[in-house]
Amino acid sequence: MNSSDDEVPGDETPPLRSSDAFHEILIFGSPETRRRFLKQVAGTSVAITVGSPLSLFAQRMSETAGGSAPSSAATLPLRLKINGKDVAVEVDTRTTLLDLLREQLHLTGSKKGCDHGQCGACTVLVNGRRINSCLSLAIVHDGEEVTTIEGLANGEQLHPVQAAFVEHDGFQCGYCTPGQICSAVACIKEGHVKSDDEIREWMSGNLCRCGAYPNIVDAIKEAAAKSA
Amino acid sequence: MNPFSYTRATDPQQATQATATNASAKFLAGGTNLIDLMKMGVERPTQLVDVNRLSLAQIEELPNGCGVRIGALARNSDVAQHPLIVQRYPVLSQALLAGASPQLRNLATTGGNLLQRTRCYYFYDPAFPQCNKRNPGSGCGALNGFNRIHAILGQSEQCIATNPSDMNVALAALDAVVQVQSAKGTRSIPIADFHRLPGDTPNVDTNLQADELITAVDLPAIPFATRSHYLKVRDRASYAFALVSVAVALDVQNGRINAARVALGGVAHKAWRAQKAEAALVGKTAGEKAFRAAAETELAAAKGYKHNSFKIELAKRAMVRALSTVAQMT
Repeated sequence: MNSSDDEVPGDETPPLRSSDAFHEILIFGSPETRRRFLKQVAGTSVAITVGSPLSLFAQRMSETAGGSAPSSAATLPLRLKINGKDVAVEVDTRTTLLDLLREQLHLTGSKKGCDHGQCGACTVLVNGRRINSCLSLAIVHDGEEVTTIEGLANGEQLHPVQAAFVEHDGFQCGYCTPGQICSAVACIKEGHVKSDDEIREWMSGNLCRCGAYPNIVDAIKEAAAKSA
Repeated sequence: MNPFSYTRATDPQQATQATATNASAKFLAGGTNLIDLMKMGVERPTQLVDVNRLSLAQIEELPNGCGVRIGALARNSDVAQHPLIVQRYPVLSQALLAGASPQLRNLATTGGNLLQRTRCYYFYDPAFPQCNKRNPGSGCGALNGFNRIHAILGQSEQCIATNPSDMNVALAALDAVVQVQSAKGTRSIPIADFHRLPGDTPNVDTNLQADELITAVDLPAIPFATRSHYLKVRDRASYAFALVSVAVALDVQNGRINAARVALGGVAHKAWRAQKAEAALVGKTAGEKAFRAAAETELAAAKGYKHNSFKIELAKRAMVRALSTVAQMT
């Protein structure tokens, strides 16, 4: 465990041994700290809840993660344009668009919150329309154009919605923010920004458990006004 | 999620051949319910037939003023904002916009919405051993469990699950007709005969055969449907399933009700067409007295359980409010 690793306050999982880094490379391709954190947390919950419904849930979670496909699984070739770049990959048919982005292409900006279409953290734009990437199989989108949070800025210049979220403090922990911003970009383009109530209704598919909603509404209003 | 093979259908004929030869194949459209149920291990198809590339997304007028045809692959978001729907069937536009979130509505299709399965907790999580819908003969976990979201009309001792769709409630009020196709040919199913009450076979949601593909939903011409409304009562202001919902269309001339369409959501295994209430309304003076009497008539047969008895009075009040809203439209 090197000095750059995140501290996990209150986490009683023993620190990772150096051999774990090698193990992680096999699973994820790169030993990223956030994933190590998630893995530690996941390991803790399984230890606590063996034999309970939660352990079944943890098992299902691992089944849906990109890297754990049994060898019998079918893979198919897939071509996409992601953030303006042509991408050609082989995917397990079960891979969701979210898992393709995060686990295979390492575009980890799109977040996995609930993985059941209930939180909106995974929101991306496909052919310009916002969708929940966790409930959509990657293979369905063959030939389509995907825009993620990584594709919004123009070089070093933030997208107006990104800049407005910074300006108005439209977040606290930041986990829902990539989904909020992708959703807001579409919401403005759709024209559903005529009042605070309309913004709230048309952003209701993106939950923020820090409760930054008032600032999110302010950020969207400002970005909408500037783009009008 | 279980492994499955994936095929992309290029025409309806090819799509239905796949499902005719493999009983555990399923059509994949928007996937917002099916993929979720596959993640949960509730649905375990061995083959997915992706129908998204079929040319079934049009929304167009039927010839000779016979109404409007909505293609099975028209996305919920596109149907909700289509001028033909907004102007002629506002109740359907409102119902669609009351459902899910903008992201989900961009994925969800008309055909898929018809086939979405119940959100009963005992069905949705295989950790619960009892569910006659998921595992016939195992019992109903909801009957003596936490049954706040469950049915009060038309249920059986085998199943008290509700249909979660908002769209279906509007379609029931509008007498929609579901067009389907299989290797054997095509047929039309009136919406009232499409979904089933649970009876002794709650594992069967609809009268659609396994190899049949929904190709369109037809809305008949109903001139007074321009005066229609969808009211949804739920735990949050947005992005939640209905506890109770009401779709209403009224034909009122000089204060008297000539015709009424009323359907309820969140109360039964299918969208509940309130025919007793409709019969009670015709010929009456539009007003709260007639609306309340009609609601009482419809809910007279309702039966509540430990956690959902509140729905009986809630459904009555929601009916009165929805009817009053439409009656006051100019």
